[in-house]
Amino acid sequence: MTMIQALRSAMDVMMEKDDNVVVFGQDVGYFGGVFRCTEGLQKKYGKSRVFDTPISEGGIVGVAIGMGAYGLRPCIEIQFADYIYPAYDQIVSEAARLRYRSAGDFTAPITIRTPCGGGIYGGQTHSQSPEAVFAHVCGLRTVMPSNPYDAKGLLISSIENDDPVIFLEPKRLYNGPFDGHHDKPVVPWSQNPLGEVPEGYYTVPLDKAAIFRPGKQLTVLAYGTMVWVSEAAARETGIDAEIIDLRSLWPLDLDTILESVKKTRRCVVVHEATRTCGFGAELVSLVQEHCFYHLEAPIERVTGWDTPYPHAQEWAYFPGPARVGAAFKRAVEA
Amino acid sequence: MSKGEPLRLHVPEPTGRPGCATDFSYLRLSPAGAVRRPEVDVAPMDTRDLAYSLISVIDAEGNAVGPWVPQIDIEVVRKGMRAMMKTRIFDSRMLMAQRQKKMSFYMQSLGEEAIGTAQALALNVDDMCFPTYRQQSILVVRDYPMVDMICQLMSNERDPLKGRQLPVMYSVKKAGFFSISGNLATQYIQAVGWGMASAIKGDTKIASAWIGDGATAEADFDTALTFAHVYRAPVILNVVNNQWAISTFQAIAGGEDTTFAARGVGCGIASLRVDGNDFLAVYAASCWAAERARRNLGPCLIEWVTYRAGPHSTSDDPSKYRPGDDWSHFPLGDPIARLKQYLIKAGAWSEEEHEETQKRLEAEVLAAQKEAEQYGTMASGHTFSPAEMFDGIYKDMPEHLRVQRQQLGI
Repeated sequence: MTMIQALRSAMDVMMEKDDNVVVFGQDVGYFGGVFRCTEGLQKKYGKSRVFDTPISEGGIVGVAIGMGAYGLRPCIEIQFADYIYPAYDQIVSEAARLRYRSAGDFTAPITIRTPCGGGIYGGQTHSQSPEAVFAHVCGLRTVMPSNPYDAKGLLISSIENDDPVIFLEPKRLYNGPFDGHHDKPVVPWSQNPLGEVPEGYYTVPLDKAAIFRPGKQLTVLAYGTMVWVSEAAARETGIDAEIIDLRSLWPLDLDTILESVKKTRRCVVVHEATRTCGFGAELVSLVQEHCFYHLEAPIERVTGWDTPYPHAQEWAYFPGPARVGAAFKRAVEA
Repeated sequence: MSKGEPLRLHVPEPTGRPGCATDFSYLRLSPAGAVRRPEVDVAPMDTRDLAYSLISVIDAEGNAVGPWVPQIDIEVVRKGMRAMMKTRIFDSRMLMAQRQKKMSFYMQSLGEEAIGTAQALALNVDDMCFPTYRQQSILVVRDYPMVDMICQLMSNERDPLKGRQLPVMYSVKKAGFFSISGNLATQYIQAVGWGMASAIKGDTKIASAWIGDGATAEADFDTALTFAHVYRAPVILNVVNNQWAISTFQAIAGGEDTTFAARGVGCGIASLRVDGNDFLAVYAASCWAAERARRNLGPCLIEWVTYRAGPHSTSDDPSKYRPGDDWSHFPLGDPIARLKQYLIKAGAWSEEEHEETQKRLEAEVLAAQKEAEQYGTMASGHTFSPAEMFDGIYKDMPEHLRVQRQQLGI
């Protein structure tokens, strides 16, 4: 399956399994989503369970919270992560706090799917990676898959989870893995083992990272598209990097991270999002706090620049394998 | 083309300021009994006249007149009367307790007691209300124990919300009272979602959404109207127009030369504008809207015209921005006084019963306060353990919160 098909399959499985799962958002009903992620679901489950909404992100999240309070389990879509901000009040002030402020009287078991990330000439409002603004919010879970197998398993786990989940989908990975070499043709998921996805129900646990590539020389903390870019950088530099795909950004799998860094003694954090106060800062902080005496080099960060995501300068902005590889070299040579 | 006059920015002002009486002629009023009562399946666009007039039932002499006189058992009216009185007594006791530093903060609903009370009586107890911080009358009339309310206000060891919430931000699922948030208007769209969920499941429950005049300016107000209209959600969209948003007159919220009920019509929602200080009108309009929702005929928006008689909160001093005697000039009067006049005229109440009821309720509130204070007050410092602070953020406590709790030494 492609990542699109895997995500659709996850929703299909969960709608079949649980009558309380409903799917809605802009263009997700009849049309099946601008990225085809919900294609066929309305036909299969009917308009009362899969439906189109007005263009109102605050409204989409707000009604989902009300439905969650009633006892449904909404899996909703915000068309691009860049457009999630009108819903920020509902996400931060309401979904994330509802269980806490009501002492468990009401909960918000909702999943907010939203395509994120750049590398597609999306310009300023079709490329952003806003994970840090959610990871900072107590009460939320923030999740990002990097391949079809994880995408389905993590989405099923997210829908089943009783906490609100921000489910970020790197749209650059929808049709195939992408290592940052934009000049080369995209290889489809059908030619990658991680594109082999079971048809039925399975889960990938939240709060568990995956060792994407075992290695000895340094630890790379990455997620989404940057997992593939980091792998290319390791291959091209010949550096034996241990690449950890975080999968769950927050709460995260600290044990896997610390075990790896204590072994390799070097760490590079890679993300597409802008640098300052990005999620990487938290990762750097956690690693230095817990691994200070094991570290043999400063922790490196390779990120998007502190600029809005440009259009024409796409590949100068996007942290590609050359920039990531250079950081690997600095880290092992320090 | 001739050159025009320089443009001028229009900034609305209330007619009344401290030392200068309010001219209430801006309120579009109608005589009691004068406004028609349409069938519950009326087309939204045919409610336009109702959105610009005012439904009243109790006239100046205390008679119930016109097409909106509700079918209501007199015992229910008496129950409503007692709940309104209890709400007011509760408010005044809690105000005093705040001044005595037994709690950090309080918000009265003085003058607005009829709205929540009568609507709650028109709903079923499993219909979910999505209140603001000024619908405590719903909890009172639904007989939620006052002791539990006061424990929340005092954040003490018996606080159902474990000291996590500012006073008055109650949450009582079993009384159909949704968790109150400090963020204005957010619950309005959530109520629509709750109603949609009821419709998705083929249930018969409806939602009751609440917002003030000032908060209608928040985006979630318009969003709620759009979604309620699009999906014909079974929801009553209540706008409590008490003329004031803290210090800001309702004209600054967009009320000048229009009504909030008219917003509903513009969004394709059947809309009513009702005398919020007329218990019978509130009950009748709420029944009408509830029936409309229950029969899958769609949502209804109701603007309740009332007056915020008290300060916005215990942190507010209204004498700095409006006339001190404003309430005594408000044309729709006091909801308790008006229902009392009606009940006495109907032979179902008396001055003696009023006085006895007042005394009995005062004693009840006082006893509840005494009982609640046994579990601590903010002044006594008997509050929930700080260990509770880390609990319930997620369903299961993640590792980082376990570590932080340990760092606090508990």
